[in-house]
Amino acid sequence: MASESPDREHAVAFTLNGEAVRARVPARMHLGDLLRGTFGLTGVHLGCEHGVCGACTILVDGRAVRACLMLGVQADGATVETVEGLTESGRIGDLQDAFHARNALQCGYCTPGMLVTAAELLADETAAASREEIRAVISGNYCRCTGYHAIVDAIATTAEARRNRRETAE
Amino acid sequence: MSTDPGGLTFLDRPNSYIGRSVPRPNARRLLEGRGTYVDDVPAARLAHVAFLRSPHAHARILSIETDAARAMPGVIAIVTGPELARVCTPWIGVLGHFKGLRSAPQYALAPERVTWVGEPFCAVVARSRAEAEDALAAIEVAFEPLPAVVEMETALDPETPAIHPDLGDNLAFERVLDVGEVDAAFRDAAVVVEETFRFGRHTGVCLEPRAILADWAPADGLLTVHHSFQAPHMMQDILCKHLSLHEGAVRVICKDVGGSFGIKVHIYPDEMATCALALMLKRPVKFVADRLESFQSDIHARDHRVAARMAFSAEGDILAIDMDDLTGIGPYSVYPRTSAVEANQVVNLTGGPYRHRHYRARARVVLQNKAPTCQYRAVGHPIATMVAEGLVDLGAARLGLDPLALRERNVIPDDAYPCAGVSGIKLEKLSHQAALAKLKAMMGYDALRAEQAVLREQGVHRGIGLAAFIEITNPSAAFYGVGGARISSQDGCTVRLDPQGGVVAAISVTEQGQGTEGIIAQIVATATGVPMDKVRVVSGDTQATPYGGGTWASRGAGIGGEAAWQAGKALRENVVAVAGAILQADPRSLDMRDGAVVDAATGAERMTLAELGRIVYFRPDTLPPGVQPEFVATRHYVPKDYPFAFTNGVQASYVEVDPQTGFVRLLKHWCVEDCGTVLNPLLVDEQIRGGIVQGIGGALFEHCLYDADGQLQNGSMADYLVPMACEMPDIEVAHVVSATASSEIGAKGAGEAGTAGAPAAVVNAINDALRPFGARVSRQPVTPEVVLEAMGLI
Repeated sequence: MASESPDREHAVAFTLNGEAVRARVPARMHLGDLLRGTFGLTGVHLGCEHGVCGACTILVDGRAVRACLMLGVQADGATVETVEGLTESGRIGDLQDAFHARNALQCGYCTPGMLVTAAELLADETAAASREEIRAVISGNYCRCTGYHAIVDAIATTAEARRNRRETAE
Repeated sequence: MSTDPGGLTFLDRPNSYIGRSVPRPNARRLLEGRGTYVDDVPAARLAHVAFLRSPHAHARILSIETDAARAMPGVIAIVTGPELARVCTPWIGVLGHFKGLRSAPQYALAPERVTWVGEPFCAVVARSRAEAEDALAAIEVAFEPLPAVVEMETALDPETPAIHPDLGDNLAFERVLDVGEVDAAFRDAAVVVEETFRFGRHTGVCLEPRAILADWAPADGLLTVHHSFQAPHMMQDILCKHLSLHEGAVRVICKDVGGSFGIKVHIYPDEMATCALALMLKRPVKFVADRLESFQSDIHARDHRVAARMAFSAEGDILAIDMDDLTGIGPYSVYPRTSAVEANQVVNLTGGPYRHRHYRARARVVLQNKAPTCQYRAVGHPIATMVAEGLVDLGAARLGLDPLALRERNVIPDDAYPCAGVSGIKLEKLSHQAALAKLKAMMGYDALRAEQAVLREQGVHRGIGLAAFIEITNPSAAFYGVGGARISSQDGCTVRLDPQGGVVAAISVTEQGQGTEGIIAQIVATATGVPMDKVRVVSGDTQATPYGGGTWASRGAGIGGEAAWQAGKALRENVVAVAGAILQADPRSLDMRDGAVVDAATGAERMTLAELGRIVYFRPDTLPPGVQPEFVATRHYVPKDYPFAFTNGVQASYVEVDPQTGFVRLLKHWCVEDCGTVLNPLLVDEQIRGGIVQGIGGALFEHCLYDADGQLQNGSMADYLVPMACEMPDIEVAHVVSATASSEIGAKGAGEAGTAGAPAAVVNAINDALRPFGARVSRQPVTPEVVLEAMGLI
């Protein structure tokens, strides 16, 4: 098979933060660069571009993925949500409030990825969300500023508040 | 504690925010992904630069063939070292008060010789970063490899070649301090313990990589530089100097900065080159380090080997310390702070909590062909603390004394201040005894010792480690200014009352996430009586803020905060004077509280600030004759009584060591520290925790590994271990408050404390756990391999 130029562009269409979008994407461009460069979603932060730090974490079809480990062309047909979309929808408002109240961020660079990872955990109503489990779930999101302690507190507080709301509703 | 003109201390002003856990106003947008880091700044006609970096630790550049690369799509320019040197002059990282410190001229792009793996020597500017990298791959370079100086232990041997032949040898700096009668003290001691401590090289790993966007607008005569950096005015000054521009022609903006920790306060060749390229090309040029180049080109730190001994009396008094520190700093002393500061701090700080009077320390700083090292969070502190605290624990074991009791016995008593430490440092007020007492209660020390003993019987090997430390904060001009470095130790704040009664505060200290803007808003709101949500803080812009040093060495709260306090008070005086003229009241009978001018005695509202603003700004014709309102005030501050505000603290770690695998599990960590007035416990506590986790990183995980040829072996985040949430313990933080009398708000710094003490606490805990095996570790990071080696199992 003839090798393809890494610059060859492909047409993609997907749902981004609730809106139908399309773009022409060079084959080698990762989804993080596509979201930041083409769509201006600068809340997707690039920390390492080899899938370790977690700063670029987004939701693709409801699952947390690394935007730097997925090619832009792979988004074709998918539903993609970034911190901007999650904020606008109000779905993580309680989590963001808890992070704010607890100062569970300092420089804020890891924060979007950390919130998205926590959002996935909290969306699972069966998750226990103990401190230990929270620490395990966010262990792919690197934070250099906080001692993680406040982040664990904020996620645990949110998990408990949501649990209480569910129980009250029942 | 000083009082304000209204007779109230800042703590009991009616609307004081000081000491309260107020959330940071600027955190909201970061939580919504709306921060503006350098890579988020839009620019028309933006070009991207990528650098060709040395694959050799040391080599001569024979030729650079760029023709094929120049013809590639998107390429705008390819610039080599000699070409760039016509625009950007070289620099030498020395300080006048470090006698004998030597380095060599360093260029933005190495013109003829490369001296470490990762040193940039050629730049490609293209329409996209990807195209610039494509072109890099098409450049052909011929090198003549030269012998590499890798090991600091042999760097001074006569047969080792000098990295810079003009210097003659590889000794960059040497300092010897000899106080008291050290030899006699050791001769007469009942117990002498000694150890050689090794500290692995590690680095900052800021989550946002270094980034700079420079835009030269010839028509404006303005170079605008967006920079992920801690000291905008310093960068402005240095750009002017080396690009031959007037300071009015350079504007440096540091908006959101994604972590810094001292990494982003140095002059980096690639960043200087980016600015020079913008001048050459007359268009915006951006450089964002990728993670692989961050590991090769960010400054490293902590590459030390310290041989040390400590003398004790039979009763357990520390009599003397004798130590020898050898450190490798890479091929250049980093500009403008120099790479000799870390070793100098080790000499100043080792044994700092204790009252011994005999101290000898030698520090030698040597050049090597590895990435340059320089100041990183808690410069020198973790080394000094580990050396002293490791020896104290050895002494306690030999004397058969409890390690906490031995520390209680030897720390400088809380009622002994002011006094001088044995290295000559001036100590205003420390609180070791109170901190130890608080820690002991907080961690339930006696119960924990009992639990440890029971578990040990059951084959569970847990250890308790302690570390007392001192910390340098609030540096005055004695730090850099006296050495000739143009680094400001003073900071300023301008406060302005606007028509609706809101306040804008422009401050020269900067925000990298530690909460600078938050505490400045708290202080200004308290000083002016304007509600905090009506205070907007501006920072990180050389054109919009007073001149100052920025944020480094834990100076934001203590120096920037005091400037803000003084500016806020001055504004309040101005405003109340005008209100008095309007209300025909004695200004001394008035105050500003909760957004209004009130009667100071009763608190009754006389007029709102919005009404006052309306009159002053829109109907000044109605003001009494002779009243000229100044609703803006600027104040600057620099500490003068002491060269530094020393702070203190003590940390404890509880760990479990698996004797089969050598794995260390962190169970719990405690810290008691004294940063003077605690402005915002929410911010201080998590900053302390963050510092502790960085210290734990150095103690257990982080290590820049080089092979014998000077190749970095683990320069990626997948290979270089950083602490993640699952490995970290919960961390309890508490405070003792000894406010500094040098300022009215009394704040000292807190940024270094966590990192200063954590490694020693963790390593001492590991050694406590290993005691039944007759094993101990003294090399950081303490990997499972190090533990198993110490136990003689491998």
